[in-house]
This record gives sequence, C-alpha cells and structure tokens, in this order.
Amino acid sequence: MKKFLSAALAAAMAFSLVACGSTPSSSAGSAPASEGTSAPASASEGASATGGVFKIGGIGPTTGGAATYGNAVKNGAQIAVDEINAKGGIQFELNFQDDENDVEKAVNAYNTLKDWGMQVLLGTVTTQPCLSVAPEAAADNMFLLTPSASNVDVIAEDNAFQVCFTDPNQGIASADYIADNGLATKIAIIYDSSDAYSKGIRDKFVEEAGTKGLEVVADEAFTADSKTDFSVQVQKAKDAGAELVFLPIYYNEANLIIQEMDKQGYDALIFGCDGLDGLLTIEGADLSLFEGVMLLTPFVADADDEATQAFVTKYQEQYGEIPNQFAADAYDGVYAILAAIEQSGATADMDASTLCDALKGAMTQITVDGLTGEGMKWAATGEVNKAPRAMKIQNGAYTAM
Amino acid sequence: MNALKNMKKTTRSNLITYAIVVLFYIVAQGLASGGILNNSMKGMLVPICTYVVLAISLNLTVGILGELSLGHAGFMSVGAFSGAVFWVVSGSNMPSVLGLALSMLIGGVVAGVFGFLIGIPVLRLRGDYLAIVTLAFGEIIKNVLNTVYLGIDSAGFHFSIKDSASMGLAPDGDVIINGAIGISGMKKASTFLAGIILILITLFVILNLINSRAGRAIMSIRDNRIAAEATGINVTKYKLMAFIVSAVFAGMAGVLYALNFSALAAKKFDYNTSILVLVFVVLGGIGNIRGSMIAATVLYVLPELLRGVADYRMLVYAIVLIVMMIFNQSPQIVAWREQMAERIAENPKLRQWMARRKKDGAQSEKGEA
Repeated sequence: MKKFLSAALAAAMAFSLVACGSTPSSSAGSAPASEGTSAPASASEGASATGGVFKIGGIGPTTGGAATYGNAVKNGAQIAVDEINAKGGIQFELNFQDDENDVEKAVNAYNTLKDWGMQVLLGTVTTQPCLSVAPEAAADNMFLLTPSASNVDVIAEDNAFQVCFTDPNQGIASADYIADNGLATKIAIIYDSSDAYSKGIRDKFVEEAGTKGLEVVADEAFTADSKTDFSVQVQKAKDAGAELVFLPIYYNEANLIIQEMDKQGYDALIFGCDGLDGLLTIEGADLSLFEGVMLLTPFVADADDEATQAFVTKYQEQYGEIPNQFAADAYDGVYAILAAIEQSGATADMDASTLCDALKGAMTQITVDGLTGEGMKWAATGEVNKAPRAMKIQNGAYTAM
Repeated sequence: MNALKNMKKTTRSNLITYAIVVLFYIVAQGLASGGILNNSMKGMLVPICTYVVLAISLNLTVGILGELSLGHAGFMSVGAFSGAVFWVVSGSNMPSVLGLALSMLIGGVVAGVFGFLIGIPVLRLRGDYLAIVTLAFGEIIKNVLNTVYLGIDSAGFHFSIKDSASMGLAPDGDVIINGAIGISGMKKASTFLAGIILILITLFVILNLINSRAGRAIMSIRDNRIAAEATGINVTKYKLMAFIVSAVFAGMAGVLYALNFSALAAKKFDYNTSILVLVFVVLGGIGNIRGSMIAATVLYVLPELLRGVADYRMLVYAIVLIVMMIFNQSPQIVAWREQMAERIAENPKLRQWMARRKKDGAQSEKGEA
C-alpha cells in the first residue's frame, strides 16, 4: 500500500512537471486574445511576435507589503500601453507579473515572462528584486528599463536603464538643495537602515552634507520590524537641536514621525525625497500637520501641465485613485521604450537580444518629455538625466518651490 | 526480487526515497534536454532542491526530535552568507564544482557552529518556549546581517556595522556585504545536479541517523523524555546532535540557495521563510521525510503554476493549503481514504494490475541498483 502510494505520488510529481512544461503554449494562446491581437501561441524563448506587437514584460509586487508600488507601476504602464495602441502604428502588449517584493519570486516571474516571449522588460519595481533580475537580464541580453528601482548596482550592466533618480543622486541633490537655499545648518536624519533605498540616500546625504558645511546632529535609524513608534528618534533629534529633519523614507513612516513631532511640540522643517510622495493620500491623516513639508520629487499629481492632468484624470477613471510617482515613472518608461524603438527603427519580429542591442544604442540618443521631467536623457551607464523638482505642501497641495 | 523482499522494511522504504529523488532528476533532466521544460520550470529546479533539503533537515528537529523550531531560516541565512562570502572572496577563482562544494562545506560548518551555540541555551526549554526562542533567534540573525558591512582590500578584511564608508577601504577594495543591500553581483554557481546531490547526501545522513542507535535515542526523547532520562539516555547530547545536524544541512541549503541568484539579502530570511519550511514539514507529515520532500516540491511549484489566475493566486494557494491539510490530517478523511484504498485493493482487476506493477517496479529498481 505504502509503495503504491509513493509510486502514485512520484507519478503525480512527474505529471506536474509535464503539466508545467505545457503551460506556456496555453497561456500565451489565451493572453493575446484579450488584447484583440492575432499573435499565435509561441512557446519558445525569444519567439517573434507577429503582427507588429512588442511584448513588454513587467515585474513588481502586486501583493504583499509593497503592493502599492507594484500596482501603481502596473496601472501606469497599462495606461501608456493603451494610449500607444489606440494611436496605431507600433503596438505594445503588457504582461505584468507579481514578485511579492521577493528576490526569488522575481527571478521566477522573469522566467515566466521569458516563456511568454517577452522582448523588453519594464521592471522590476523595487530595488532588491531588481538586483537579482538585472544580472539574469544581462545574461540573456534582455533590454531592461526599471521605472523605480533606484540603486546604482541595478544599472551596472549596459542593458539596464532607469527612469527614476539613483539613490546617491537623491541624497546629493537633497543636501545641495538644503545648503544652497540656506534652509538649515543643523540637520537630523531618521532613516530605515533595513531598506536599501533609504540607506542609500542617507549615506550619500551624510557625505555631501559634510562637504557643504551642513552639520548632521542626529542620525537615527529604525528597521522594517520596528516602524510603529518613533518617539525615541524624534526625542533625540529634538534634544540635538536640529532645525531640519531629513526623512529619506516612505510616506507611511514619515506620517508617524510627523505626528510624533507634533505630539512632542517639536517644530522643525521637514525635508524628504520621492518616497514621501503619497503623504497627502493617506486616509484619515491630519493633513494640516503636513503643511510646509518639503520633498524632492519628479512628479506631483496636481501639477498644472496638460500631460499630467490628462494622466491623472485617466488614472482616476480607471483605477479610482490618485496616481503616485511610481505610476508616472512607469508611464514615462513605456514612452521611453516607444521612443527608443522609433529611434532605432526596430521591428517587433526581432528577438529579445537583437532588440536589446538596437535599443541600447537608441536610449542614449532619445529625449523624452514625460510626466516626471522635461527633456529626459539617458547616459550610456543607464542613469537618467532630469532636473529634480522641489515641492512644498501648502494648503493641502503640492506647490513648486 | 528476493533480495528486495528480505530487506528490512525501513531499508526498502529508504531505497524508495532515494529512487524518487533520482527519478525526479532523470525525468527533469530528460524533459529539459528534450526542450519540453520551460524557463520558468528550469529556474525553479534549484530552489526546489533547496527547499527539499530545508524540509528534510527541519523534519529532523520537528518530527524526530519533536521540538518546534521556528528559526530554520536563521541557520539558512548564516550558512548562505558565510558560504557566499567565501565564494565571492576566493571560491569563484576555483573550478566552480570545487568552489561550490567548499562554499557549502563552510556554510554548513558555520551554521552547525551556530546551531551548537544556540542549542545550548535553547534546548533547555521545551515546547512553546523553545519555539519562541528559536523565532527570536532567527529574527536576531536577520537584523544583525542587515547591518553588517564587510569589505576586502589589499590589507585584508574590513568590518563595520555603521555604513560602508566607515570601513575605510583602500581604493582598490571591494565591498562584499553592503548592509541591507547584502551581497550583489555574485557569479552564479548552483546547478540542479549539485542540488540533487545535496538532497541525496542529506537523505543519506538523516535517514541513517534516524535508523541508528542515536536516532532511536532521539525519538525516545520525543516520545517520553522522563522515561528516556531514566534509562540513562543523555538527553542534552542527543537533542544537540539532532539540532546541529539540522542546522548544518539548513546552512548547506542556504549556500545552494544563495549561489543560485546573483544577489543575496538578509531580508529574505525572515520568519516567513521559517514558517514556509515548517508548512512543508507539517503538510508532508511530521516525521515523514518522504512526505515533506513531496510537499516542499508541490507547494513550491504551485504558486508559480497559479500565475495564470493572476490576482486570485494567493487566495487559491491558501485554499489549496487548507484542502491539503484537511485531506492529509482530518481523521474522517483519513478513514474514508483508507476505506477507499481497501475497496480499490479488493477490486480483482486492480489487484492484477497492482501485481503486475509490483513486478515491474521491482525489476526496474533492481536495474537501477
């Protein structure tokens, strides 16, 4: 009996393997149907998409703690793809896979997308998974454009480009801005030491602050496991007499810190980076506390220009929320891919590697006017060149400084 | 045929377990070389091996020793980081097989040392208390590794827990572990074959341990500690033995895991990973090595297969977990299953078929031996 059972289970295992082997053809067959294109099922790697459809793969967390970012990128990219497809000409198809903000799942998602026939990768959304996906993409010579993974190591290979600023750039830009505008000289930093993004900005900020004559009087860390009570960090910043608190973190924790500062009656300037974008969307928060918060961000949802307005309206119609910077980065990313394809004259029947070679060269020649910056240009290293914008929250809305 | 019949029941059962692993390798390799296996599946082969080894080794603590350990990912991370550091520093200059083997050895030994150090205080506790302390240990390791900066230059290693600048590296130096970002830009070394060999080694050691004198002593502690103590069994010694062996293989699995990706960060080794491995063990059957192997494989592959249902993926996964748990463990279902199995066994046609199968199976096993 036992033996029979084990044999049956072994058979089940073998069967599941075979079943996996055959999945791509069926899923690839059903996915394009919904897009209304005529691409036939092509299971093999790097398969050519017929009918002039470029297959763009996206990877990011759509479940779990970082799901906000992944979903924003997914939605933002989808809007851009729909717009481009509606225009006719070059056609895109987007397949966005969940990575749960997990290194291992991201590689699995990458492999799944390869089976689907991905030609260009828009991802990954978060830094850590991108560090493991980028070398995979480099090995396959797959063009990679990450909307929001801001670590420098992400673009170490020549096939990888970024839409967002790198962490060091944000740190340097923040310190420069504070020093050049004479906002403060005594500065406290509260950052998340377990997060690559936060830590990366903080390290460069401290370095740059030293050369700019800023004094870091308090340098307080927290980790992802202890991010609910900030009384100690705020108290230390207050005792050190900091005139400005620099928060290179995400908005949820920043909200708690600002509340704690209010509770302790600590009145200091608050300065953050693009992670603070989202403060105004926190439900039930006391928005009056955020008055005067300054942040360096490439995108604000209530900017006056036409493109932003159109994007925000469309996003709200389709997804019922105000888009954040991640959505805008993804939107710009898709248009950057489009521009690069047009520049290089690439066609959809190229395989991923040939396309990558074509796009690599084209990326350094294009200029994109996007939501996150006018005249974005890329260097061969993969870094984007656009001007950071400083924003201030006034009367419950962002205003340019 | 006779040899197989005369074999001890446990030996036969163990042989079947090895055979399943070898069969899995042959089938997967065959499918891969035939081009039937897709990228997604190929990419999962090494992680599957990792989780199988983790499940087997945790089963030694949970199933055989009978202590609930929630810090398995801690041992995994210690092994992963020490092995990966060795690999980055010197292993990658060696032939990759030798480098991988040495990295694994180092990862295993370091994890074993930690198992020993942690085991001394922890194993004084029992039950829930032990579970909580191992959980805490896993979290401590993760948080410590999150703040470690390690670099190397011509003067040797530099270490800091503040930031990478404070290490004072010479310009020619390289940062190996970069705090929360961990190790990135590693050359990959893990292969499916290495994973299968590691599984076989793990099985060989742990199955032999279970069926040895020491293994019986360990199980006697699980079944009745007081009686075991009264018969003169050194409880601490055997508990430590099981705990350390479990840690060593977790460390080795960690190295296999780390070298399968180009980047390694401590964040991965949180309690979720420990719980995941525990789920494999519990669903596969506590104390049932073969069961935990199969559960690890199925449950690892499942979420990837469910990518088709997109947003409902995690929901379906959870439902499958619940259904599997009920199917495996609920007394009514177990009784029903046995009844069905009996009815099937009584069916004359099926009996013939089974008899034929048995004969074929025996022959093929002989062929393999």
